[in-house]
Amino acid sequence: MTQQIAARPLKFFGEGISYLKPLQSKGSLVVVEGPDGSGRSSQIDLITTHLEAAGHAVITTGLKRSELIGAGILEAKHKLPLGKKTLALFYAADFADQLEHKIIPALHAGYVVLADRYIYTLMARSNVRGLARAWSHDLFGFAVKPDLVFYLDVPPEELFHRVFQKYGSLDYYESGADMGLSDDLFESFVLYQRGIAKEFRLMESKYGILRIDGGRPIPEVNADLQKRIDAYLRSIR
Amino acid sequence: MAGGRNHRGRLIVVEGIDGSGKSTQLHLLDKWLRSLGLNVFFTEWNSSDVVKEITSKGKKKALLTPTTFSLLHATDFADRYERNISPLLEAGYFVLADRYIYTALARDVVRGCTPAWVRKVYSFADIPDVTFYFSVPPDVAMDRILEGRPKLKYYEAGMDLNLSNDEYESYRIFQTRIVEQYESMAHKDRFAVIDGTLDIEEQQNLMRARVAKLIPPSRAKPASALSQKQETGAV
Repeated sequence: MTQQIAARPLKFFGEGISYLKPLQSKGSLVVVEGPDGSGRSSQIDLITTHLEAAGHAVITTGLKRSELIGAGILEAKHKLPLGKKTLALFYAADFADQLEHKIIPALHAGYVVLADRYIYTLMARSNVRGLARAWSHDLFGFAVKPDLVFYLDVPPEELFHRVFQKYGSLDYYESGADMGLSDDLFESFVLYQRGIAKEFRLMESKYGILRIDGGRPIPEVNADLQKRIDAYLRSIR
Repeated sequence: MAGGRNHRGRLIVVEGIDGSGKSTQLHLLDKWLRSLGLNVFFTEWNSSDVVKEITSKGKKKALLTPTTFSLLHATDFADRYERNISPLLEAGYFVLADRYIYTALARDVVRGCTPAWVRKVYSFADIPDVTFYFSVPPDVAMDRILEGRPKLKYYEAGMDLNLSNDEYESYRIFQTRIVEQYESMAHKDRFAVIDGTLDIEEQQNLMRARVAKLIPPSRAKPASALSQKQETGAV
């Protein structure tokens, strides 16, 4: 580490985690949100390279990656379709596992934690399926508040092309196929992504989410993000 | 919690620590309601097929933090709730639940989760028409369970709480704390308290007398299928 960062108490969205000793963060939690095809992973790779070159210890984390139950989530999707609340709680359990076993220890140790999606995506998915926004919020009362949150905003029509080019098909849930929005997959995808984007707009001011125009070329988006991250890291030094 | 009386069916819950006799009593109630020709659905805690595999994998590894543990049980509950409990209540069933959200409240709070948070997580669940709480001194319940000195599971014994290195001692302390939580809820959550040290038949008669009030008049029959004894008062 080239910089000495002052330890500060971890902040939570709600009740926090009362059985943990009061915890300090000597690191930073930076979240990159955005739909599939918005360029999240490319940006996270670039940011990681840049921060590591600058001497920061970086760890990346994402949804569906917990060693405990990550695989189970995928298996469950292929069996019987899960209900909205069940799915929301399932993802929350997986997130909690990563938060306590990975994110909090890393922050405590002084890492820059780059999160490839965070609770905002989970809330948006629940809310767009009709769950009460207040419930989705309350569910994550144990989650650590990030230091920076970016949302890569890309129009749904553009996303469709990017996703199709990359994977050759659309993800079942990411296209809202479980919601019966339309028999036409393209239309379903666009409607679903519009719904998600709307949820993010509704969350923006409440959660301090910074909207970034993700429709630009990768280097341009990266310069934008990096400038803001560097400024933040300077401010806490 | 969501309004409890909107559904057309009836939700009947039993709560209490292991060894309190609640499952035996619910089993007998189930038989009785079915004998009256009512549509009955029985559901028990932590039994969703979808969630079971994942939960047991995590439990084996002894890796679960209290929050993860709580959310996995909430996932299990939600799956049973969305798949069975809620639609069957809509359809007019008598839904019998061996443990309900109060089990989560008691256990998760003992493990250190914030009560307000656990309440909010489960706020989608219908309030039961009646919640029978089987009150027994922890020692009595534990003697029933530990009679055969069974091998206690890690989380069952509360070993994750570091209460004691001895699993039986840990279990005793854990169960005692759960009883405290139940007792703190009894009034607020309107538990119908059953003295779990009474004879099995006596307890069942008390339950049936209470449940008889929930049966639509067209289906009601005398609530004394089990014993010849005179019914004594409401629960």
